[in-house]
Amino acid sequence: MIEAVPPGLILIAGACVVPFLRGPLRAAFMLALPLLGFWQLMQITPGTYVETRFFDYTQVLFQVDRLSLVFGYVFFLAVLISLIYAMHITDTVQQVAGLVYAGAAICAVFAGDLITLFAFWELTAIASVFLIWAVRTERSFKVGMRYLIIQVGSGVLLLSGAVLIVADTGSIAFGHIGIDSLGGKLILASFGIKAAFPLLHNWLQDSYPEATVTGTVFLSAFTTKLAIYALARGYAGTEMLILVGAAMTAFPIFYAVIENDLRRVLAYSLNNQLGFMVVGIGIGTELSLNGTVAHAVAHIIYKALLFMSMGAVLYRTGTMKGSELGGLYKSMPWTTGFCIVGAAAISGFPLFSGFVTKSMILSAAAEEGYWFTWAVLLFASAGVFHHSGIKIPFFAFFAHDSGKRVKEAPANMLLAMALAAALCIYIGVNPAPLYAILPFAVDYTPYTVGHVIASLQLLAFAALAFAVLIRYGFYPLETPSTNLDSDWIYRRLLPKWIAGLARGLRDAGAELDRWREASLRYLLGRVFHYHGPRSVMARTWPVGGAALWVMVLLGGYLVVYYL
Amino acid sequence: MKQGERKYWLDRPGRAGKVFWALCVLCGLLFFADALYEKHPTFAVEAWFGFYAIFGFFFSVGLVLSAKELRRLLMRKEDYYD
Repeated sequence: MIEAVPPGLILIAGACVVPFLRGPLRAAFMLALPLLGFWQLMQITPGTYVETRFFDYTQVLFQVDRLSLVFGYVFFLAVLISLIYAMHITDTVQQVAGLVYAGAAICAVFAGDLITLFAFWELTAIASVFLIWAVRTERSFKVGMRYLIIQVGSGVLLLSGAVLIVADTGSIAFGHIGIDSLGGKLILASFGIKAAFPLLHNWLQDSYPEATVTGTVFLSAFTTKLAIYALARGYAGTEMLILVGAAMTAFPIFYAVIENDLRRVLAYSLNNQLGFMVVGIGIGTELSLNGTVAHAVAHIIYKALLFMSMGAVLYRTGTMKGSELGGLYKSMPWTTGFCIVGAAAISGFPLFSGFVTKSMILSAAAEEGYWFTWAVLLFASAGVFHHSGIKIPFFAFFAHDSGKRVKEAPANMLLAMALAAALCIYIGVNPAPLYAILPFAVDYTPYTVGHVIASLQLLAFAALAFAVLIRYGFYPLETPSTNLDSDWIYRRLLPKWIAGLARGLRDAGAELDRWREASLRYLLGRVFHYHGPRSVMARTWPVGGAALWVMVLLGGYLVVYYL
Repeated sequence: MKQGERKYWLDRPGRAGKVFWALCVLCGLLFFADALYEKHPTFAVEAWFGFYAIFGFFFSVGLVLSAKELRRLLMRKEDYYD
């Protein structure tokens, strides 16, 4: 019986019921949904469950293997945490959008074919934009439109690629794709948009910080990790992804250092963390793919935790600007503590989740001899500690006292953060249960003396660098500002070009009109000149003149004849 | 700081400096911890004494200073797109 229902549909169907419930009943109902889905996954074994016919093709709505199962578990966990965090809100739009969005992402993970994947891929885009629009300002409307266009565009690429692949192979099954065919390239671009590849990334930093306090927590979990899952299934071992991923780990951290909006700093670091996972997919060994999946799990939890702690700050203070915050540890001590746990986890401190997962990817890169990639990842590890590990907690909760005295976050927010923080520590201290559910058997020991000391050295000296720069006044101050990123291309350059092109066309059109008018005038002038009332052609010719012309013609004829 | 508010340990003069020097001591200890165990490097550089410490420090400083320079190129007013 439970095999007949794709697990994500539980959330989507549940979302349809939510508007008809009120108060505590609605809250209890929503919390029951992810628990039910999680329970269903615990019962299920890898295999194919729901198939239908789609024209001549077999559509697989629900298929489970070890890769999708891990993502299913952590997605339900993320839904549960996000729902607890959002328990205080009564906005039906956000509740329904959040559930449909998460349900669609889970359905996509368990989709066995490209058409089903496409359908849910687009549904995640459409449902999630309401989490941005729910802010209900003109700014959020514009951000949402940009987000939606890019997300739907990714779906269109996916469908185009799928059509080409079906034409080539005759099958719509979603397995390894590779980049040899044009269809494969299009689908890679589609996944690349959602995974925020360099230059395709900026929708993420543009939109996530503009969603509602609770919406960002939802958003941070699903879209990008669905893309990571899809990449791992379709493009494992595609060497190009190693370079793409390495670039992704490195360049966002420069932006994160100078960004003032702390949720945008987290969006940049989210991008950087995705880079680690993409490198793991590119390397394509069992260790690296395990590392990618494990890191996705750990990442979903600690990133949600960091967004929750910043969301709590935004909820209480009304601002997210580093330049206006500081000293909040006095009034929000619990939030501070949870934020620090998230910061330690993302930075990969021993005994926290990031340590036991990220290190698998670094070890895989080293084992395969990618020394340059390894060095970039090491740099990015120091960098992520720098901005997510230190900058976020430092400027929000410590630094100079902003004088803001607010209430501690609401109890439901604290509970959600506590749950996520507990998981960050639990995975870090006891990685075995996580390792046990990874796609391949794990033969990896994170806690060796050398590894622990190396990590501590890297992090402690990165912290020392921060402290020295702050103490001696070299650290760039948090300043109200906008930093240009690739969104500048479509928010400034293209509109400017299009405006310029329109102006050019308008000018050319006017010129063309002028020229047409002038030539018409000239033509009419000439016609008038020859055919007008006083023109040559309208004159009455005397008969003598005509006789003279006939004689000239006859004379000419004679001359020609004798010649 | 509001009147009558609880005094916090970090607020007292000189405390931030104490945190700084404690971090320096910690870093020193970690640096010399390299002498205490046998390394199994994958790459030759990992065998250097204090490699991770040196790498962490200099690349972090480089990151911040270069990001600071990038501001000249990238930074605009807050309402740039409005």
